[in-house]
Amino acid sequence: MSFTREIAEIRFGTGLSPRLRGPRDVDDMMRRLAGPDVMAQRYRIESFEDFAKRIARVTALWKIRRANRGSEEADKATQKISAQKRKARKAQQLWLWQALQRRAHTQDGLRERLAFFWGDHFTARGKVSVMRRATSPYVESAIRPHVAGYFADMLKAVTAQPALLQYLDQKASIGPTSAEGLRAKKPKGLNENLARELLELHTLGVEAGYSQRDVTELAELLTGLTYDQEGVFGFRPDYAEPGAETVLGKRYGGGDATLADVHAALTDLALHPATARHLARKMAVHFISDSPEPALVAAMEARYLASGGHLGEMTRAMLEHPAAWAPEPGNVKQPIDFMGSALRALALPQEIEAFRDWRKIRNTFATPMRLMGQTWEEPLGPDGWPEADSAWITPQRFAARVDWAMNAPQALGELPDPRALLTGALGNRAPEAVGFAANAAEDRRTGVGLIFASPAFQRM
Amino acid sequence: MQSTLNRRLFLAGLGCTAAASPLLTPVTFASGIGENRLVVIILRGAMDGLDALRPYGDRGFAALKGRAVQAVASEATELDGFYALHPALAGLKPLWQAGELGFAHAVSTPYRDKRSHFDGQDMLEAGGADLNGNMRDGWLNRMLQSYPGLHSETAYAVGRGDMLLMKGAAPVANWSPDAGLYGLTPQGLRLAEMLMEGDPLFEAAFGEALALSGEGLGQMAQESGDMAMASMNAAARAAGQGGGHVQIAEFAAEKLKGASRIAAFSLNGWDTHANQARTLTRPLSRLSEVILGLRSGLGGDVWGKTAVVAMTEFGRTARLNGNGGSDHGTGGLMVMAGGALRGGRVWADWPGLGEPELYQRRDLMPTRDVRAYSGWLMRGLFGFETGFIERVVFPGLDMGADPGLLA
Repeated sequence: MSFTREIAEIRFGTGLSPRLRGPRDVDDMMRRLAGPDVMAQRYRIESFEDFAKRIARVTALWKIRRANRGSEEADKATQKISAQKRKARKAQQLWLWQALQRRAHTQDGLRERLAFFWGDHFTARGKVSVMRRATSPYVESAIRPHVAGYFADMLKAVTAQPALLQYLDQKASIGPTSAEGLRAKKPKGLNENLARELLELHTLGVEAGYSQRDVTELAELLTGLTYDQEGVFGFRPDYAEPGAETVLGKRYGGGDATLADVHAALTDLALHPATARHLARKMAVHFISDSPEPALVAAMEARYLASGGHLGEMTRAMLEHPAAWAPEPGNVKQPIDFMGSALRALALPQEIEAFRDWRKIRNTFATPMRLMGQTWEEPLGPDGWPEADSAWITPQRFAARVDWAMNAPQALGELPDPRALLTGALGNRAPEAVGFAANAAEDRRTGVGLIFASPAFQRM
Repeated sequence: MQSTLNRRLFLAGLGCTAAASPLLTPVTFASGIGENRLVVIILRGAMDGLDALRPYGDRGFAALKGRAVQAVASEATELDGFYALHPALAGLKPLWQAGELGFAHAVSTPYRDKRSHFDGQDMLEAGGADLNGNMRDGWLNRMLQSYPGLHSETAYAVGRGDMLLMKGAAPVANWSPDAGLYGLTPQGLRLAEMLMEGDPLFEAAFGEALALSGEGLGQMAQESGDMAMASMNAAARAAGQGGGHVQIAEFAAEKLKGASRIAAFSLNGWDTHANQARTLTRPLSRLSEVILGLRSGLGGDVWGKTAVVAMTEFGRTARLNGNGGSDHGTGGLMVMAGGALRGGRVWADWPGLGEPELYQRRDLMPTRDVRAYSGWLMRGLFGFETGFIERVVFPGLDMGADPGLLA
C-alpha cells in the first residue's frame, strides 16, 4: 500500500481532475501545501477584518436609529440595516461558490480539505445580525493560514475571533468580581460554554481526565476575551476575573490580567498528550476511515508531540503511513466534498458567468446541500458535521445526492461524454459496473448522473 | 394507498432486487396490543424544565435568581395549584383538562457532571447507565428488535436529523416529508440499483428511498436540469418556511394511522444560554404545535391509542445566569401526551428548590430516571416484561414502582 495519484487526489485532495495532473508523491503534496495559497488569491473570500466593516456599518446604523427614534431618519436606518443583512447573506452564497471553485481548480487539494477539516473542528456560527454570515471570513482569517502550522497558533487565532466568541457565549462571560462584574447594574456572570468546548471538543477530548472544576477555572481565565461593536477583538482586563486559576493542576495568572495568561494555558493545552491523541484520531477518522488503524493514529500522535504540536508534521505522518493508501474505497464524501469533486471532474471553465448570481448558487448548491444534510455553515452544534458514513447515506439524504447528480451537471454547462467522464473522475479506480452503467444509460444526462451517484464516486 | 400499490408494482417490475425491498417483505399486521402507538420526541439542546413547567407553588422557585418573573400563574397556564405551564404551552391546557397531557418533573438520565450536549444526548438515546459501555445502538431500536410482528414500516425515524435512538439491528424506516427521488427515468432507476449492489450502505439507502418516494418518482425525467433543480428547491423551501416541524408531525401521523406504530423525531433549539424570556418561546411553541398536530392528524380513535413522550438530555441551572439565560444543568422535565395517557397530573418526587436541595447547589435534583418512565410506557403500550426492559432495553435500570402512566 503506497502513494498513488488517484488516491492522493480522491482521498486527500478535492477529487480527480481530467485536466490537472495532481501531486507526484507525498513530498510533492507537502511542498504544494507549504507554498503560496494560489486559490485564496484567485477566488477571494473576505477576511474577517474586512467582514468586521460590515458589523461596524450596522452598528453605526443602529446608533442613528436610536438617536432619531420615531423619525424618518430612523426608518431609513432600519431599511439600511435590512439591506446590510441581505448583502451579507448574498455574500455568503458567493463565498460558497468561491470555495467550490477552489476545489474545482486547485493543484493543492490537501489545503482545501485541511481548511474545511480544521474549520469544522473549530465550528463557529455567528448568532445574530450580519455575524450569522461570518463563518467563511472566520475560516479564511483564523484557520486557513495555520493548517500546516502549529496548533497552538490556530488556537490563539480562533479564540481571538468574534464569530467564535459569540457562538460559544464568551462575549457574555464576565468575571463576577471583575471591575465590570462589580460595576454592572444588571448582574452579569461567568459563562462556561467556550471553556467547556475548548477542553471537550477543541483540545483534550471528552474522554480525557478533566473535571467540572477545570472547566470553571478555565472559564474564569478566559474572561476578558471579547470584541467591540465594530467587530474588533480585544482583551479587556476589566472583564477578567481577578486571581490565579488552576487548570489541570497548573496555575495561570494571578497578577494583572493579560492575554498572555490565556495564551499560556492554550499553549499547554495544545501540547497535552490527550490533545495529540484526540487530534490525531479525529484527523484519521476524517480522511481515512471511521475506524482507523490504531498504528496510524499512534504514528500521527507521536509526530504531533515530537514536533511540538505541528499540524503539517502530523499531516505528513498520516500520508507517510501505509494505511493511508489502502486501495479499498474509504469514507463517504461529505456533501461539500461530493459537489466540489463533481465540479472538478466536469472540468469547469475558470469563470462561469451565470454564477455571479447568488440565487443561482443557492439553487444549484446551497439548497441541495441542505437536502443532503449539510446546511452550509450551519451544523447543529459546536461538534460540527458527523464523520460516520451512515450519518450521510440515509435514504432521504442519498436521494438528494442522486437528484443533484442527475440534474446539476447540465445546469453547469455542456455535459461530457459519460465514458470520458468515467476515466476523468475515477481513473483506474472505476469499477466495471459503473463503466457498464455509463455506457448503457439512455442519455448523457443519466450516464453522467449515474457516475456521480455511484458508491465508487461517493466514497474516497 | 393508490401510490403505494403503484410503487409495489413498479418495484416488482424492476425485477433485480425486488426481493430485498422492504416493502415486499412479508407483513403481518398485528392486532390487539399491536394497535398502540408511541411517539418519542428528542428535545435537543437541553430544555429548561423549570421554565417549561413552572413549580410556582414552591416558594423557593421565585427566590431563585432570575426566576421570579416565571413564578406566576394565570388562568390559561395554571394546572394544579403547584405547577403552571409556560405561556407558550398554554394551547395544551385543554389536553391537560381532558387527561391527555402529563409531565414527569425532576427527572434525568444517569449522566452527571460534565454537562455536555453530545454526551448527554448519546446517553439519552443509547439508554445505558454510563458512557463506558459499547452501546452503539439506541434503546428504541433494542425494543423494536423484540417487537412482535415487526415489519419494515413498524417504526419511522422522521425528518432530516439522524437519531441514535433508532439506530440498531431492527429495521427502521427513515424519511423526511420533503425528500424524494425526482431525477431518474425508470431505466436510470434500474441502472442505479445495479450500481449500489455490493455496497450495503448505499444499497439499503437507495432501496428505501425508492420505496418511500411519493408520486414524484421518475416524473422529472422529461424536465430540463434547471427545472428539476427548481422542483427540488421548491420542496425544500416549503419545508423550511412552513416550519418543518408541522410537516413532520403530519407525516408521522399519516404513517401511524397506517401500518406504523412507533415514530421518533427531534426538535432543536433548546440551548437557551441567554435571554431565555425570548429564546425559549419558539421551541416551546413548536413542541405545542407538534403535539396538537399529532392529535388532529391521528384523529380521536388512533389518538386514543397513542402516547407521545418528549425528553431532553438534561435540565438547566436552577438560577438564571447574568445574561437572562440558563446554563447546562441536571434534573429536567419529560412531557407526555396522548389519548392513551392517564394525564392531567405531574409525576414527581419533588425535591424542593432550596440551596441544599439542589444538585451540587446549582441544578434541580433529579429524583427519578427518565428511562423508568420510558420503560413503563413500553410495558403498558406493548406488553413487554419489566425484566426484558431492565435487561435489554435499558441495561441495569431498576424500573421501580409502576407510576400508572396509561389510562
